[in-house]
Formats: sequence, C-alpha cells, structure tokens
Amino acid sequence: MNALNRLLSGAAIGLAVTVTSLGAWAETPANMLVIAHRIDDVTTLDPAESFEFAGGDISRNVYGRLVTLDPMDLAAGYKPDLATGWEVSEDGKTITFTMREGVTFHSGNPVRAEDAAFSLQRAVILNKTPAFILTQFGFTPENVTEMITADGNTLTLTTDKKYATSFVLNCLTATIGGIVDKETVMANEVDGDMGNTWLKTNSAGSGPYKLDGWKPNESVSLSSYPDYYGREPSMKRVIVRHVIESASQRLLLERGDIDIARNLNPEDIAGASAEEGIKIEDELKGRLMYLALNQNHPVLSKPEVRQAFKYLVDYEGMKDSFLKGQYTIHQNFLPATYLGASDENPFSLNIEKAKELLAEAGVEGLEIEAGVREAQERIEIAQSVQNTLAQVGIKLNITVGTAKQILARYRARDLDVYLGAWGPDYPDPQTNAGTFAYNPDNSVEANATGLLAWRTAWNPGDLTEKVDAAVTETDRDTRIKMYQDMQAEFREVSPFVIMFQQIEQSALRENVMNFSTGQAVTSAAYWQVTK
Amino acid sequence: MALADNADTRRPNRAPLSRASWSVIKTVLSTIGSVAVTLLGLLLVTFVIGRVMPIDPVLSIVGERASQSTYDAVFYELGLDKPLLVQFLYYLWDVLHLDFGISLLNARPVSEDIVRVFPATLELATVGILLGVVIGVPLGVLAAVRKDSWIDQIARVVALVGYSMPIFWLGLMGLLIFYGILGWVGGPGRVGIFYVDVVPTVTGLILVDSLLDGNIEIFKDAFSHIILPASLLGYYSLAYISRMTRSFMLEQMNAEYITTARVKGLSEWDVVWKHAFRNIRVQLITVIALSYAGLLEGSVLTEIIFSWPGIGSYITTALLSADMNAVLGGTVVVGLIFILLNIFSDLLYKIFDPRAK
Repeated sequence: MNALNRLLSGAAIGLAVTVTSLGAWAETPANMLVIAHRIDDVTTLDPAESFEFAGGDISRNVYGRLVTLDPMDLAAGYKPDLATGWEVSEDGKTITFTMREGVTFHSGNPVRAEDAAFSLQRAVILNKTPAFILTQFGFTPENVTEMITADGNTLTLTTDKKYATSFVLNCLTATIGGIVDKETVMANEVDGDMGNTWLKTNSAGSGPYKLDGWKPNESVSLSSYPDYYGREPSMKRVIVRHVIESASQRLLLERGDIDIARNLNPEDIAGASAEEGIKIEDELKGRLMYLALNQNHPVLSKPEVRQAFKYLVDYEGMKDSFLKGQYTIHQNFLPATYLGASDENPFSLNIEKAKELLAEAGVEGLEIEAGVREAQERIEIAQSVQNTLAQVGIKLNITVGTAKQILARYRARDLDVYLGAWGPDYPDPQTNAGTFAYNPDNSVEANATGLLAWRTAWNPGDLTEKVDAAVTETDRDTRIKMYQDMQAEFREVSPFVIMFQQIEQSALRENVMNFSTGQAVTSAAYWQVTK
Repeated sequence: MALADNADTRRPNRAPLSRASWSVIKTVLSTIGSVAVTLLGLLLVTFVIGRVMPIDPVLSIVGERASQSTYDAVFYELGLDKPLLVQFLYYLWDVLHLDFGISLLNARPVSEDIVRVFPATLELATVGILLGVVIGVPLGVLAAVRKDSWIDQIARVVALVGYSMPIFWLGLMGLLIFYGILGWVGGPGRVGIFYVDVVPTVTGLILVDSLLDGNIEIFKDAFSHIILPASLLGYYSLAYISRMTRSFMLEQMNAEYITTARVKGLSEWDVVWKHAFRNIRVQLITVIALSYAGLLEGSVLTEIIFSWPGIGSYITTALLSADMNAVLGGTVVVGLIFILLNIFSDLLYKIFDPRAK
C-alpha cells in the first residue's frame, strides 16, 4: 500500500475513533494465540532451505536444535536444547555433543544423534540457499558424512580449522540447525531429494509445537506437542493469519479477534497505542540501513570525503520524522543485541565539519549518482541525504530501480553510492563482520560479490585479518572486545555510512505476556507466551 | 453455407446434413478455433512478458546471498538455460496437460493453488454480481421509466458514488463501521478463526460446503464474512449495470413500437417489462457477463483489505515475488474465464435474439 492508501486508512480509522471508541468486543480463548502477520514470504518449511522471516518463525517453534536461544533471555546466548552439553577438542576443531535422552519427534520416533548428524549432513548436501552457514566451516557435500558423524548418543562435528566455539554454536541456533526426523523424512524421499519436496510443506520436528497446517498466503496453524521434553506451552494452539493490510490488522486487534498484530504501520501503531487494552512492544531487529561509497571513484575514495559523508546525514531528523518508530540510529556493522555490538554513535549532522573535511580533500562541485531500490523509506532517506549533500555543494542524482537492477549495478561496482539495507544471516557477529570488514582480494577478478566490502571496491587492510582472528578466538570476552575494536576502526575509516537499525513494533492485547519476535538474532517464539 | 451445398451435390446418395447441422458444426468449429487461437495468444503474451520482466526468478528463489553453485543449480532446474522458444513449447505442452508447473515460491503445483484460491474468488464474485444484478437492473429500469424523477436522481447519485469512490477507502470504511463499530458482520477472512478448516472441502465454496456438511453455524459465520466484501463488489457492479440498463432502456422507450404498444392500450408494466426490457436483454447479458468476468479476475484491493485468499491477490503476490509459473497459471485461468463467459453470452444471445439463431 502506498502512502496515500496509508493516509486514507489512517484517516478512516482516526475518524471513527473520534466518533466512538471501538473497545474489545471479543476475546480469543485463554489457551490460544492468534497472530496477524504477513506470511507471504514463506516459501518452504524445510529447515535446510528456509531463509525467510516468517518461515523462520515457524521453524523456530517446530524444530529442536542442538543448541538454542532462550526467548526470555536472548542476551545470554546459546544454551542446550537437544544436546545437553558439548566438549571441544584440544585443537579446537572438533566439538562432541551429548544428546538429550528420552526426547521424541512429533512422529513418536526418538531423537537420536543419528538424526542430528543426518539433518546437518542433509543441509550441506542439498546445498540450498542457507547452506553457506554450515559450509563456511569447511563442510562439503563430499566430506560432510566424515566431518559430521554420530556414534551412539554423541554427535561429533569436525571443522576444517579451528573456529571460535561460540561462532559454530551460534550458527547452529539458526534455522538450518533444525533437527529433522530422519525416518520420516527419508520415507518421503523422491528421486534422491532427501525428502526436500515433502518437507517444503510438511514438518518432522521435535519442538514445542507441531505443524497442523500451512496454507500459503492464508494461515499457519500450530498445536502444542504434549510430549515435548520441556515445559508444555501455555498456548495450546497458535494460529498465524495472513493479513496484509495494516488497518485490517488493527481492526482485528481492537475487536479482540486476534492477540497480536505484527505489521502495523506507524499511523496505526500511534492509533492503536491510544486504545485501552492494547500495548505496543518494540524490539530491535537485525536490518541496517547504510550508504556505501564506491572506492573506485577518485573523490569518494579520499579518507576525508568518506569521513565528511558521515557528517552529512540528518540521523536525528529522519529518525524523528518519517522513520519514527521504525528505525533507530545505529552506526556500527553489528546490530545492537549481537555479540560484540557497540552502541557508539559518534556522528551527527554537522555541515561545517563536513565542509572542512571536503576542503581538506580539495573537493568542489562534485556530482555523483546514488542507486536506490524502489522502496518508500529508502527513497525518502536518499532524498534527505540529497538535501544535506546539496548544502555542501555535492549534487546527488538518485536513480530508483528494481531490486535486480540496483543490486546488479552494486555488485558490478557500477554505482557511485548505494543506499540499501543489510540483514544478518545467522546469529553470530561473523555474519556482518565477514561482509562489511572483510575483503582478502579486492581485484576485479576476485568477483567476490557476496562481500559488501568488495562490492564497494574497498580494501579494509588489517581489518580482514582481524575478522579472521575473531572467528578463531575461543574466549568469549576477548572475542567481544575484538569486535568492538574492529567497529571503532571501521566507523572512522570505512566507506560505509551505517545509519539506522530497524525496530519492529508489535501491537498486543494487554493480557499477552512474554511474546518475543526474536530481536536481531533469531525468530519469534510462542512457547513461553502466556495470557 | 457453400461447403454444405457442395457436399450435397458431390454425395447425392448419402443422407445430406441439414443446413442447420452444418451451421452448428461450423459454429462449434469456429468457436473451438477462436478459443484455441485466443488461448495460444494469451499464453504467448504472458510467457514473453514473464521472461522479459526485470525480475530474476532464480534470485527470487535463492536470495541474493546464495552461492553461485546454488544459483546455477536452480537456474538449470528451471530450464532457463534453454532457448525461449523451447521453454515456451515445453510450457505449452505442460499446459495442454493441465500442468502449470510448480509454484517457485511455495513448492506446490500451481494447479492445486488455483483450485484452492479460485473458489474463494468465485464465491465472492457470484454473491457480488447477484447483488449487482438484483438491485442494479430494476434500479436502471426504474430510472429510465421515471427519467429525471427523484428515483432517477437517486440512481444517478448511487452510480456516481460507486464509480468515483476508491474501493480501498470504501472497503475500509465498511469494515470499520459494520465490523469495527457495529459488529454486524464478520471481520477479514472467509470465516472466523475458530472455523478455519472445520468444514470438509468439497466445492471450495464455504457457503456451499457448510450447507453440504449441514453446519448452519459455519454457514452463518461465512455469510457474515462474505456479505461486506460482496456488497462492496456488488455496489460497483450495481453502479455500472444500473447506468447501462438505464441507457439501454431509454433508447427503447423512445422507439416507435413502444408508442404503438401504449396506443394499443397495454399496461405500463407490459410496455416496460414485456416489450422494452425484452429488447435490452441481449445487451444486458453482455454487460453482466463482462462485470462478472471482471469480478472473477479477483479484486486485488478488496481481497487485500478483507484478507480474502482469492485469485487476484494470488496472482499479485506471485507477480511481486517473480513466481512466474503461478502468474502464468493464474493468467491463463482468468483468460479462460473471459473466453468461457464470452461463449456463454454468445449462447444466450442466440436464445434471446431470434436474429442470431
């Protein structure tokens, strides 16, 4: 829906609210959680393939993992789930997990180390989109059956070199770490697909909820699994209903037909927050909004110019106007709530300072092109930056295009400036450090389009080595310090102007407690919710 | 008829086909031919549009973070390495076998998806068009018969409002007033959350399935959910149908045979309904068929506001996600509906208009 429609819907509801208060006319049952959410991004339910937000929510509640994150204490990091403990070999390359006894899949089959090994091997062999989360540890379809093995009640995972244990375990908390029921999955194998086709629309997990049904673009139904090894969830049924329109979500919430509305626009959040019986909860998500300055550009590659750009963004102005409630200021490559995240945000709009820096660099009358995807908030950010750049004599021409057009040019290093968003892939700092601050070969031939630093034609210098060092650091506190130091350096020298971190606002009925969307590090969890 | 005449002269000993039989055969053949050509054209156009769109279907599946090997695997799996013509011929062959392929995004056969979403649109459109016809036609007739009277003015205002109000706004206001404030109707969705998947699917039309199941409670709930969006769609049809009916009727009411009928002393009821209205039936059928076809395409905005899982939002979502199999499948179904409704209205023409027989 465009801005006009949002305005119309906001005005429509606003008008009615002034006439009469809607109040809650209905209430969902005490043991049932009903959520309105956009779930049209769910393309598959197979944990080896699922890589979308709404799909991650389902997977998190349906599949157990070796280690997991506690939705009530995400900051604590990973904790045992289907594995009760683990030991790391002296060379740091082998982790041996001990499996929890007496746990069963929803099918009734026992959860064995063999199932866990199969699940991880399968994800590597299938080589679907999220496979890189595991293959970065040196697993290949050829060697994975030797690198990940089961023996009785233990699972052994051997990486190609020593990595920080926290790095490996954080990755195993991702959706791809979901443990599937080997017997059930292989019984549904077709043409050697390891059950992939079947698992796209079915489930074979051991988590607190089992999947009752998924109707694409309609609804997802879950019911609690009575034999779950942990505490049985208070919410016996969870229904996630696909409701696209923000105003429709708000009406459903205000009428009491749903418990949680997850996609309200800022106007509806403001309206709903004034309603009795409704509360708004904010959670920081992983998406960062940033500018990338192409280092092949003779002017943009000057250190003073890079620095000047960081003073030419009206962070506060944007945060308090069109991004209000949706983004907060964040100037570091690790999103807040990540291990090693930094809350230092030293830059603010300072035209005079920028002018000084540009004068030092001898820049006058610069004209550059910025590529932006056709998304409202990004275009508005680009226009704000265009305005502030104009104040120092820099003309910014904004090119708006489809995701494919703009990304293709960014990947080809063809844009002077790229304005875009980046979301982490898995809950470990390496996910962002390894793309923003890592670029071992900046040559065109390297064609490392997956690395943001390469796309920006930036050689991060010693940061590349520091990123490598951090992923092998086994001491958690030392590792945190390493990332914070890296970010301090990155903030000053990099050609990335990181501006904002996304906030997700959910509107809930007041009686709904303990709901978590998973912050930046994971997905939504329902089993701890009470009413 | 030349072919029939020639056949008669060349085979004098065999029972000749009557002119009427030949006419029927010719009509059927020409209908089949035109349907085939139209469908082929539709398939070709949608296929080409699908391929030239600035969306990479592989990227839409694997995402921008996928490795090159993952990208390549999907690229070949989709057959995108083959020439366009070959891709089209494969597609044509599959469609002839009613196989629209697998949805790239949800991994289900597109035909299954269409079977799931189309009844939702069919149900909504049918209730909508019924409302439009039942109210729109008498309103249009009355407006014509009482031209410039208060009823004509009301009909004009109703139509004007129907034409000019954005459906998005009207839908939201309707939802807000009748669901949010008054609580007279159900909210977004086809049934209340507690009734989802309760009734076994037979036709896919919940109103029908609930009756077949003997579950009046769900029928009532489904009716309370459909009445508002259907009224909304019905209102738009009503606006169009009533204006067109008025215009057709005015033309007839000024004709000489109407004056003759009146001079003969026929009642006004007979003049209007037995004479004038009889002569506009053919035109009305076209108008109603086109309105119905328009509704069966799926009203995207109505479906979005009312969370109605119909074919309109299905195609739109697929289009935005570059799920071209789903887009093509949906488009072919919508095209087929237009063709079938055209054939149906042609058939009715022949029944109601003696000249077309």
